[in-house]
Amino acid sequence: MGATVDAPQDSVIDVSNLHRTFGAIRAVDGLTFDIRPGEVFGLLGPNGAGKTTTVRLLNGILPPSGGFVRVLGMDPAQQGGQVRRKTGVLTENPTLYERLSARQNLTFYGTLSEIPEATLGGRVEEMLGFFGLEGRAGDRVETYSKGMKQRLALARALLHQPPLLFLDEPTSGLDPEAAQQVNALIEFLSHKGQTIVLCTHNLTEAERLCDRVAVMNAGRCLALGNPADISRRLWPGTWLDVVFWQAPSPAQLELARNFPAVEQVDLGPELLSVRLQSKEAIPTFVRQLVEAGASILSVNPRSHSLEEVYFAIQNNRQDGEA
Amino acid sequence: MNWRSIRAIAVKDLREVRQNKAAWVPAVVIPLVFAVAMPLAFTLLPQLIPAEQVAGELGEMQELVARLPAAVQQVFVDKGLEQGFVIYTTAFLLAPMFLILPLMFSSIVGADSFVGERERKTMEALLYTPCSDRTLFAGKIVASVVPAILLSWVSYTIYIVVVNAASWPLFGRIWFPLAAWWPLMFWLTPAISLLGMSATVLISSRVKTFMEAYQLTGSLVVLVLLLVVGQLSGVLYLGVFSTFALGTLVWVVDAALIYVGVGTFQRTHLIAKI
Repeated sequence: MGATVDAPQDSVIDVSNLHRTFGAIRAVDGLTFDIRPGEVFGLLGPNGAGKTTTVRLLNGILPPSGGFVRVLGMDPAQQGGQVRRKTGVLTENPTLYERLSARQNLTFYGTLSEIPEATLGGRVEEMLGFFGLEGRAGDRVETYSKGMKQRLALARALLHQPPLLFLDEPTSGLDPEAAQQVNALIEFLSHKGQTIVLCTHNLTEAERLCDRVAVMNAGRCLALGNPADISRRLWPGTWLDVVFWQAPSPAQLELARNFPAVEQVDLGPELLSVRLQSKEAIPTFVRQLVEAGASILSVNPRSHSLEEVYFAIQNNRQDGEA
Repeated sequence: MNWRSIRAIAVKDLREVRQNKAAWVPAVVIPLVFAVAMPLAFTLLPQLIPAEQVAGELGEMQELVARLPAAVQQVFVDKGLEQGFVIYTTAFLLAPMFLILPLMFSSIVGADSFVGERERKTMEALLYTPCSDRTLFAGKIVASVVPAILLSWVSYTIYIVVVNAASWPLFGRIWFPLAAWWPLMFWLTPAISLLGMSATVLISSRVKTFMEAYQLTGSLVVLVLLLVVGQLSGVLYLGVFSTFALGTLVWVVDAALIYVGVGTFQRTHLIAKI
């Protein structure tokens, strides 16, 4: 590993050219990204994209085949135990001891996470209360609903107050109500400034929760940034839909075509779609149309959902391979 | 190693075993059979059935006694047929049978702990804790070996009480245990407990379910049965020295198996099997 590279001081996670192979399979292939304090960072991608392997590498469960990794300033391959003391991980399956109670589960993991004995009991009760499990804390976990199990698993991940939280498919297999509860908890943590790495293929969830995302496939990072930035890279310029109350005159259309920042014009019956070089040009463009007597009903800058961005990236990749 | 974590792992594993009937029912029933039912049968039988009615069987027993080492035969000097029968059965015949207890219990808990954890998909969360690989391994050893030894010692204690109490009308004094039982209880039994666990660790890397591991480690009982046959045929007698020597051999095998086990019990290997 390239130990000579120093992690930026303000990064919670710094990864550069990270590789992990299993025989001939490249599970992680040259990943580079950094995560800042208080950020909710999404690792997006289909099953087998390398998201879970990345989480394992960042927690020192797996050693990397190559590349540079620093988590909270530490090398997980060499200081795995110290890294895991400061991280909480919600695994894809709740992985709880079903024959034990919620309280026994939390007490066990709290002990292994080295929470001092004097404070462990209080901390366990606090988490049971926070996650609304205090009424069933003594019941065996196998009697819980999926949503309760996921809340308990989240409580376990947060029990030792880790500065960095990994959530691997936190709403996978949950009904909409339970998923909403879990998402609300993630939003709450995010507002409190918790740094979160969210692995998901639920794009609506990611769009709502993530500050930045890395779109992965076959172990590679295909795009990195906040969804709007990625969208701008994919679709340069800004599309503007102008809906007219009355059809525009030829002179008004000519004005639109000749406006300096306009790159492309599509004309429908009462809709004019124009691609402008930047958002900044929108007010001037609209003002000139109005001054030329255009009767405008609405002006809508077109935005792309994360879902559109995601599929465009994945399709670009497939086209590239073809 | 973190002893607080080791204790927590051991307690958690035992709590889980307590919830698994397939694991704990044999651990309760078999000690009751060995420590209570069998010694009662062997001590009360000669008191209830006149010796003349089983003269043939007693004659065969005397042939078996004659195969024991000369020093051991001293135990039978000046003893009546009934007393000889009780001594032979309870002090010699059942001795190696008792080794089934630590072997079975440690392998049951070991199978539940090592393979069951993987089968129930709880291993991954355990690997994300700050615990070192050695602490996790040690916790699982303690969980399977210490209770197996304690269960055996409790069973021995009950056995000693039952044998002496039930044979009191014949002997009129506390005559049991004989000297060879001390190394059996305190040297060979812990070694056999560790053997059951360490064999389970090796097997656990090759099987997927608790039942598979349980059945495979169950085949180790054949080793104990060989001791029984050896003792019956006079080929092997568990005296003080031979028991100590056998225990030493088992400890050496344990050390080798644990050395290999520590090598396989690593996060990087375990995560690949999830």
